[in-house]
Amino acid sequence: MNRRSLVLAALLAAGLLLLPAFAGPYLLSVVTLILFFAYAGQAWNVMMGFAGQLSLGHSLYVGIGAYVSAGLFFHYGIGPWAGIWASMLACVAAGAVIGFLAFRFGISGVYFALLTIAFAEFTRIGFDHINALGGPGGLFIKVSQRETWDLLNLRGPPAMFYYVMLALAVGAFALCTWLLRSRAGYYWQAIRENEEAAQALGINTFRWKMLAVMLSAAMTSLAGVFFAFYYNNLFPEQIFNISRSIEIILGPVIGGVGTLFGPILGAAVLTVLADSITELLAALGWEFPGVKQVFYGCVLLVVVMFLPHGIWPALARRLGLGRTAGKD
Amino acid sequence: MDLLQVTALSKSFRGVRAVTSASFSVEQGAIVALIGPNGAGKTTIFNMLAGVLTPDAGQIHYAGQAIHGLRPDQVCAAGIGRTFQIVKPFAGLSVLDNVIVGALARSAGVGEARRHALRVLERIGLEARRDMPAAALTLPDRKRLEVARALATRPRLLLLDEVMAGLRPTETDQMVAFFRDLNRSDGLTILLIEHVMRAVMALAQRVVVLHHGEIIANGAPEDVVRDPAVLESYLGEDAEV
Repeated sequence: MNRRSLVLAALLAAGLLLLPAFAGPYLLSVVTLILFFAYAGQAWNVMMGFAGQLSLGHSLYVGIGAYVSAGLFFHYGIGPWAGIWASMLACVAAGAVIGFLAFRFGISGVYFALLTIAFAEFTRIGFDHINALGGPGGLFIKVSQRETWDLLNLRGPPAMFYYVMLALAVGAFALCTWLLRSRAGYYWQAIRENEEAAQALGINTFRWKMLAVMLSAAMTSLAGVFFAFYYNNLFPEQIFNISRSIEIILGPVIGGVGTLFGPILGAAVLTVLADSITELLAALGWEFPGVKQVFYGCVLLVVVMFLPHGIWPALARRLGLGRTAGKD
Repeated sequence: MDLLQVTALSKSFRGVRAVTSASFSVEQGAIVALIGPNGAGKTTIFNMLAGVLTPDAGQIHYAGQAIHGLRPDQVCAAGIGRTFQIVKPFAGLSVLDNVIVGALARSAGVGEARRHALRVLERIGLEARRDMPAAALTLPDRKRLEVARALATRPRLLLLDEVMAGLRPTETDQMVAFFRDLNRSDGLTILLIEHVMRAVMALAQRVVVLHHGEIIANGAPEDVVRDPAVLESYLGEDAEV
């Protein structure tokens, strides 16, 4: 890291830490959402950006993660800090099943992506029939004490959720930075670039691809737990929906697949612009259902056409953050 | 002592016999060339040695250990490195990172792998291009990178699949000198598939000729190129080598 990027990082860190002190509830909720998508995008990026395995069904892990922790809390009063382990375990197991089926039987590329969609879809339908978790009517966690910080049960004001999400996003960033420089990062990128060559160099590609899927699933499950306790309600139709999977991957795709800052930048750009447009239209008194999706489509089109590697690599060059800023 | 021993190896694809009961061996420290016309089954044999294909019949022994049926990564771990006929660089990674991936096979960590990778790059003459993305390399440099990556895994036996194809004569001579040096100073055993007879004659101590999946000659280069069967099937009646 050069001096310039250190200064930028310090400014960003200070701004993020002090944000709840001067931001109103709206701004705080927007930034929380940005951090949520930055985190989930980072998790997805481990699988696709690093290891080259395209998942279009990451809503599966958000949903399972959310339902397991929320269900434990709802029925047994088990707090989220114990619940996350159950959530992670469930998601790792789900990821392991999908990975095993795909990688053992040589399903890759588009067919692998279809498999991930299929699993998310039939899990969604399955959850419609689990009455203990509310079925299609949804699962609701009691909202209480919005003023006091109850970190243990993850009940509290928006600022608390903001800091929890910030910690998760920073943690994911640090983890990915370390991973990319470790043996795993080298092996994943080798598999992404050319699997046959990777195998010839002694890499057990099955094992390392499994690791990428399982790690990505575990990370995404935490996004699900956060989602459950932040919004207090879960509907299979909503949380397992393919549009949620797409929302997760838009950030890294637009910011830069395989880069460390791409998911963060992409989440920020998309969330801010989409919210501004919605607000603007509301202020003008116009209402277009689905305007956000149309907007996402347009941004994706522009980025794919003009910045196929995403915004971050181009921006990093422009800011003089060095050739490797995007990669390392 | 034979480092590699291939016994009665056969492989068919949908009823077409690509390799029929091929047997040959490679002595420890030798350079052996596998030659033959296109479609003779050379790459099929290579892919069986490297673990990409499973033989229908026959055995492959490496350093006394049966390796037929192992996966490519297990073959690499056993000590066999390979290059691909159509080069397969990790295009998006830098030249150095490409070689680090190979070096990690026998390094405790990334730091150690990086040091080893730098030594390999220096030796093969690619250290000046170490920060370039592999996609930006010229074909001769890509061939060098392919070799560097395989060498970084510290093999005892190196399988080279047409690494001289597409090189100019001076570049071929450089490659030949490089492999000779590796063979002499490091004791590296080499089995190569090659069409460039200039390289075969300069490098190989022994030549195995494959035709229609069968071995039709096996001996010293000077003898093999005069063998009537080889002349007829591969080199041509009036070959000058």
